Amino acid sequence: MAQTDAEHEAPLTAPHHLEYAYKRSVGPVLGRFFAGLRERQICGIRTRAGRVLVPPSEYDPDTGDATTEEFVDVGPGGTVTSWTWVGNPRAKQPLQQPFAYALIKLDGADTPMLHAVDALSESHMRTGMRVRPRWRAETKGEIGDIACFEPEV
Amino acid sequence: MELVKSITVPVVLDYDYVTGRAQSRFLRGIAEGRILGQRCIECRRVYVPSRGACGRCGVRTEEEIQVADKGTVTTFCIVRVPSENLAFNPPYVCAAVLLDGADIPMMHVMQECALEDVRMGMRVQAVWVEKEKLGPTMSSIRYFKPIAEPDAAFDTYKEHL
Repeated sequence: MAQTDAEHEAPLTAPHHLEYAYKRSVGPVLGRFFAGLRERQICGIRTRAGRVLVPPSEYDPDTGDATTEEFVDVGPGGTVTSWTWVGNPRAKQPLQQPFAYALIKLDGADTPMLHAVDALSESHMRTGMRVRPRWRAETKGEIGDIACFEPEV
Repeated sequence: MELVKSITVPVVLDYDYVTGRAQSRFLRGIAEGRILGQRCIECRRVYVPSRGACGRCGVRTEEEIQVADKGTVTTFCIVRVPSENLAFNPPYVCAAVLLDGADIPMMHVMQECALEDVRMGMRVQAVWVEKEKLGPTMSSIRYFKPIAEPDAAFDTYKEHL
């Protein structure tokens, strides 16, 4: 194939699909959080300073100290503290229709948790709005057990 | 309550890969059962596949060279970790093959080779798919296999590791 001819040919393109299932161990604290989701219950953990972190973590991000062993049930309702609209969801995102990613401070929690809000349209979203979880029919012990949050009516 | 020990997190990327002109020429050559490289006009090195320029000299490469579909294993590793969508079951050999006439090795898998037999300097040849199945893709070469030729001397490929 002469190069001069090849120069006139369009470059080749090919669709690439990169996918791998990444399995991660979650440890005793998040392990308790996910086990709670399986029971349709959201929990946080209390820090030594008395705050409730949701999702629970092994360490207090403010001090670096280990958290206490006190798990605290929170929610199910919560308040949106911040959000961004996803107009064109991708295949593995939690909802296939446009939705909001939101930071949601569940009742009884001192920190907000990231999840999806099914609000139908961006105009329904506002900081401070009340939301509640919509659970999957079948729970497995993973974050997707909460299909999404939806506006409280 | 029984704790959850692990979770599976999906990682997904969908995108269109555009090869650019140089790699398109290479892949169209592959579709004809030929392995094409390009020679640098200054240092005379032959790049396979060519990226269209010599990284060492910083000039465009324009002289097209067809190289052999046999060559020498310069380095290799044995893949023992399974993952999804592998063309071959582990363990198998992944080798850097310096094709005769090329100055940089290309990575490919080896078959028809016992793990304990693979070595630096081993002579190998490409095993192609059937002619009617050739296409502009590296999977047109199924794998490399050992051939009955004496090992290449280290001096012949030591500059190409």
